[in-house]
Amino acid sequence: MAGAASKEIDSATLWGGGYTSPFSVSYGKLMMWFFLVSDGLTFGGLLSALGFAKFANVNDATSHWPTGEEVFTHLPGTHAHAPLIYVALMTFILIVSSVTMVLAVEAGHRMDKKAVIKWLLLTVIGGLIFLGSQVWEWSTFIAGPDGDLTTWYDNGTLSHSPYGGVFEAGGHGHETVIHSYGPTLYANFFFFITGFHGFHVFTGVLFNFLVLRNVIRGVYHKRGHYEMVEKVGLYWHFVDLVWVFVFTFFYLV
Amino acid sequence: MVRDDIVEYSLDGHHSEEHGKKIRTKIWKVTALLSAVTIIEVAIGWFLPRAEVGGIGSWAWFSIESVYMVLTVLKAGYIILVFMHLGEERKALRRMILWPYIVFILYLVFILVTEAYAVNTAWETLL
Repeated sequence: MAGAASKEIDSATLWGGGYTSPFSVSYGKLMMWFFLVSDGLTFGGLLSALGFAKFANVNDATSHWPTGEEVFTHLPGTHAHAPLIYVALMTFILIVSSVTMVLAVEAGHRMDKKAVIKWLLLTVIGGLIFLGSQVWEWSTFIAGPDGDLTTWYDNGTLSHSPYGGVFEAGGHGHETVIHSYGPTLYANFFFFITGFHGFHVFTGVLFNFLVLRNVIRGVYHKRGHYEMVEKVGLYWHFVDLVWVFVFTFFYLV
Repeated sequence: MVRDDIVEYSLDGHHSEEHGKKIRTKIWKVTALLSAVTIIEVAIGWFLPRAEVGGIGSWAWFSIESVYMVLTVLKAGYIILVFMHLGEERKALRRMILWPYIVFILYLVFILVTEAYAVNTAWETLL
């Protein structure tokens, strides 16, 4: 964690074209940073495009572009109107799993195999809980809080739906016909960006799991350092970082 | 060719038990800060929703949006500089990663928001 940057290299060695890295980091770590910069630009482009679509369309008087805090107002097991609470919990889960990751990296720097296993395992579990939460969020968006579209008519969910919600009763008992998803442009952005982020979380959980397996088998202990934990850690923190922005631009503003 | 990348730099990260304790204290402090900022954001969203403070175009909503932006950048900064410990890497690496990034994103946001308002005005005028 510390030490890498404070190491003194004289400028002839540093910029002289020798075999020493001017950044004093290993090849793998540098390449992970390059990947994260390019991946971050992808998310930056997507979120900027969302901003463009929003400001080109949004107008309280004429448009149905959803209000941030009204995007998701459900909680499992209740019909209470609870803006922001569920997504705030998701945010908190991701932050906590980021913390357990950084603790795993710290333990790796002390060659403490047991602690690395403990924290990395907790990180994997945190990632899985986040993914599960997102599944519930999406399914509630798509099928309604009771998993049954016909009940939407009764509990007024659609008035708080990100789609605006144009619908009418079908005339055959309780059947309801959904005519429109409202501003589909918003739904496109919502499902694409949160889905792309969820895909990153899934990949991160996979990487963390594979590295955890190697840690348990003692691969890194034999190697003499746990830098691989640090590298997947960078990726995992990046996933958390992206969520910070997704949270702001979808659920707050 | 001499491979310098396999062990040397990777070992630089190693630290002692006492130093690890200091690092863990810092991690928990940053955790508390990130949680507090998230709670503040949620509280603002809960108590001051857009519709009640005056809606789009009002100064109140614009101020709240600005507060959200500042808090978001604050959170992002702590994650990048502490959790990803970019703050303790070499200056050259830090600048190489952050500068092009910040300049590009700022430009992109500026041009897209400007053009979005132009498009919005055009649609409202023409339709």
